[in-house]
Amino acid sequence: MNAEALRSAATVVALSVQEGIRRRVFLAVLVLTLAFLALYALGAHFAFRDVDEFAAGEPAILDPHAFTGATIFGLAMFATLFLGAVLAVFLTLGVVRGDAESGLLQPIVVRPIGRTTMLLARFAGAALLSAAYVVAVYLAAWAITEATGHWSPDHLLGPALGLALAVAIIAALSLLASTVLSVTAQGIVVFMVFGAGLTAGLLAQIGNAINSDSLHTIGRAASWALPFEGLYAAGLHALISGTSGLTGVVLQLGPFGGSEAAGPELIAWAFLYLAGVLALAAFIFSRRDL
Amino acid sequence: MAAPVLAVSQLHKRYGGQEALAGVDLEVEAGQLVGLLGPNGAGKSTLTKIACGLVRPSAGSVEVLGRRAGSPQARAALGYLAELFRFPGWLTAAELLRFHQRLVGSDGGEAERRQLLELVELGAAAGKRIEAMSKGMQQRLGIAQALVGSPRLLLLDEPTSALDPVGRRIVRELLEELRRRGVSVLLNSHLLSEVELICDHVAIIARGRLVKAGTPQELAGPAAVVVETGSGVRSFEGAGREEAPAIVAELVAAGESVYRVEVRHSSLEDVYLEAVGGQTG
Repeated sequence: MNAEALRSAATVVALSVQEGIRRRVFLAVLVLTLAFLALYALGAHFAFRDVDEFAAGEPAILDPHAFTGATIFGLAMFATLFLGAVLAVFLTLGVVRGDAESGLLQPIVVRPIGRTTMLLARFAGAALLSAAYVVAVYLAAWAITEATGHWSPDHLLGPALGLALAVAIIAALSLLASTVLSVTAQGIVVFMVFGAGLTAGLLAQIGNAINSDSLHTIGRAASWALPFEGLYAAGLHALISGTSGLTGVVLQLGPFGGSEAAGPELIAWAFLYLAGVLALAAFIFSRRDL
Repeated sequence: MAAPVLAVSQLHKRYGGQEALAGVDLEVEAGQLVGLLGPNGAGKSTLTKIACGLVRPSAGSVEVLGRRAGSPQARAALGYLAELFRFPGWLTAAELLRFHQRLVGSDGGEAERRQLLELVELGAAAGKRIEAMSKGMQQRLGIAQALVGSPRLLLLDEPTSALDPVGRRIVRELLEELRRRGVSVLLNSHLLSEVELICDHVAIIARGRLVKAGTPQELAGPAAVVVETGSGVRSFEGAGREEAPAIVAELVAAGESVYRVEVRHSSLEDVYLEAVGGQTG
């Protein structure tokens, strides 16, 4: 990519970010986020207080503090991923077909920037905003957990970066959908895919719990096919990867999908997957009559 | 002889089973203002979109300044305003132009933006948000946007469709000014009178084929010399102003009394209707 193309791409990224911030959905997500964080702070405060009272003087089978902290923070991670997915989808809603039908795309595409650069720039704008958003919410939830219960995950930054990569993948899938689907269909399909990914994680968890290798394999294969779920499960696992004993075993089950250790191969696969989805979107877009 | 700014050769485009263009040839020379006429669905917009790389041709070729249409070099040389367009409503007129300046790599800065806005008589609306503008103002802003970076070729698809008579006059004067500056323009329009007034060359497309082309004067050529004589009105079809004295002399020599002579021209509208065979989209 030459300097001119880079400058054009940066211009479109800046416009996408500006546009994203100005969209009503961004404001709605911000309000929802503030409401979620306020409720989370309230819930964390009472959860830690009650569990401390409940466990006081009892022989400890589980570490109640770690159990509470990991459970509610895992829940916060799920909410963060969900809100991040909503944001990623809405920021990429109608980017190709929708904007082409409304006449917003043509004045930009006829410029020397080229379709692929334009598409990648739109992706970069949406992914940057969504990733920054999930990292900020994740860190806010951590700060609340630390302040209310003095509990911190075993790994703090790894899960945050995993969530950021997960929402970037969702943004890429949504962009791909926008090359062929109308705005409404795009939103429906991407949220269905998101739900399917999380269901795959639950299937793997159930397979693990009932000792069904087939179910576990199917669940894991499906979650690799939609690696945002694998990244989420790996993030959940990283929260408690240093926690041993019964507490560690129980926490493996995690809320809204089981935690699952993942090595660097998942990260490598997630980046490859992202590149593949974007390449496919660029290919379809390049052949589309506008 | 310099290569044409836009060269369309044997252009075909099929959408599924529908043939939108069936072998169109067209050239736009430097500084020429070419009007593209035709009923709805004739293929005018498709031709324009292929020229700016929005649509891929099924066969044939389109070149802009010798470069394949749709290539970065071809796109850098042209400005385009679509029939259906929309700009981000939250941008101001000046912000939109700055955005396009960055996209085309124009270093015209504030001076270029001011000049373009004044050219379309939107100088006072530089800070106005697009969503607060009337459709006519947006259309004129669209033309200013297409002119960012001083393109050599301007492709305008129905640029006056949302304009009132004053807005149309502004655009007409703007196009004449562009011609003086040597910018080539391909103008898609339904407004025959407008095309007849300002275009150097007219091409009429019907059912994906170029059915007539020439200067407005050539197309709206002499239709007949009508002479009122003592024995009645006689019409000499196909004869023009130059033939009128000879016709009169012949009639007088033949003993006719001539009371009135009229040279009738067919208008562009007559030519258009004849060319498209009354077809409408």
